[in-house]
Amino acid sequence: MSNIDVVITGLGATTPLGGDVTSTWDGLIAGRSGVRTIEADWVERFDLPVKIGATLAEEPTETIPRVQARRLDRCEQVAIVAARQAWADAGFAEQTDEHTDVEPERLGVTIGSGIGGPVTLLTQDDLLEEHGIRKVSPLTVPMLMPNGPAAHVGIELKARAGVHSPASACASGAEGIATGFQMIQSGRADVVVAGGAEACIAPITIAGFAQSRTVSTRNDDPEHASRPFDTGRDGFVLGEGAGAVVLERADRAAARGARVYARLSGFGITSDAYHITGNHPEGIGQIAAMNHAIQMAGLTPSDVGHVNAHATSTVVGDVGEAAAIRKAVGDHPVVTAPKSALGHLVGGAGAVEGIIAILSIYHGLVPATLNLENLDPKVDLDVVSGEARKVELTAAISNSFGFGGHNTALLFTRA
Amino acid sequence: MADKEEILSGLAEIVEEVAGVAQDDVSTEKSFVDDLDIDSLSMVEIAVQAEDKFGVKIPDDELANLKTVGDAVDYVAANSK
Repeated sequence: MSNIDVVITGLGATTPLGGDVTSTWDGLIAGRSGVRTIEADWVERFDLPVKIGATLAEEPTETIPRVQARRLDRCEQVAIVAARQAWADAGFAEQTDEHTDVEPERLGVTIGSGIGGPVTLLTQDDLLEEHGIRKVSPLTVPMLMPNGPAAHVGIELKARAGVHSPASACASGAEGIATGFQMIQSGRADVVVAGGAEACIAPITIAGFAQSRTVSTRNDDPEHASRPFDTGRDGFVLGEGAGAVVLERADRAAARGARVYARLSGFGITSDAYHITGNHPEGIGQIAAMNHAIQMAGLTPSDVGHVNAHATSTVVGDVGEAAAIRKAVGDHPVVTAPKSALGHLVGGAGAVEGIIAILSIYHGLVPATLNLENLDPKVDLDVVSGEARKVELTAAISNSFGFGGHNTALLFTRA
Repeated sequence: MADKEEILSGLAEIVEEVAGVAQDDVSTEKSFVDDLDIDSLSMVEIAVQAEDKFGVKIPDDELANLKTVGDAVDYVAANSK
């Protein structure tokens, strides 16, 4: 790899805990849950076995004007909300024809999504069935395509160095950040807005996940439903939201006196080549992803003091990841699982959890894993529970794994 | 048949709903594309809503000729039942 240093100078997010990064972080530190009963008539109509989800704390239409919002799928809306926040947080002004803080030819966007706009697809199909082609929106295709979130952000920011939208299921957001890192390291861009977005809480996704028996059915107790690493876990909770970071060449950030949250020092991306939903039983892909990230950063496992786990609260997945962490990093890192509070944001998860890992380094504080009452003995790691823990960190890994056997580990270091 | 004033105000409501242009700005001499900044996708939506509202048919080859708000008002006035 090249020796171009990449730092994080801006953060943005909209999540089930809050409409921005500060409220999300404060919610995590306070130990709040973003999981709630889904208030929609279709839960009863289809008699769905899953009646809970981690829905957004703040509707994106509170900040996106009506006319713009009606041209965007919800997944695109959350991406724009997060990207605008990250852009402003980096100290950049609106990009216009007259003024740009970042030269468009040196600016990229890498925002992944798991499935893009399935709700648009279904809504428009209903219109086609009921009323014929005249009622089908001419915006159907741009609203449902999975590159839509990245493309809209790229247009708004006038990014001309390239727009990418990795689709690797629940690893998409992390792969978005890794792809942005590569764009800068390969010399294609100086600044990249990177992350992931998802907003697909709908009857068909809930039904599909329920049929795959991977989601929690603790319907009578939503706030305690997502419990990674706990012996009582029974599946993940589907969430929605987006995260975006501004990645910037370190020398460029230093020259403009930008605030630097952390350095992105390495990543690992591997694939299991094993099963479309199940993890490799020996965790070879997860272990390799963490190993690659550590090697790329020029570190050793003992340097990594913290792992922000993918841990979704599934019976098999959490234990497999714990074993992989012990093998790749050791039993010393302080571990936490933010999906206990946020639910599983699918394509948004890797980006939002990357931001949490960055803030853990920046603030020296690791949020607790909610609902961890009885640590599964097979986990055998130092998982933070009860309340947030103060830890001075020099390096942290954020893991994200996806259906399809995608494994991504991001390694952040203190700037 | 609706008179042209009614058509203009009805059309202005549609344009505001679809494209966010203030109704007062939707006047007969304005070009949809050059003055009101309406793209081809929104034009399709506006045409479909206008068909429903005024009971007209606007085929695609006719839609391409409706450059200004006035063109659209005249077309609707001439073709509505």
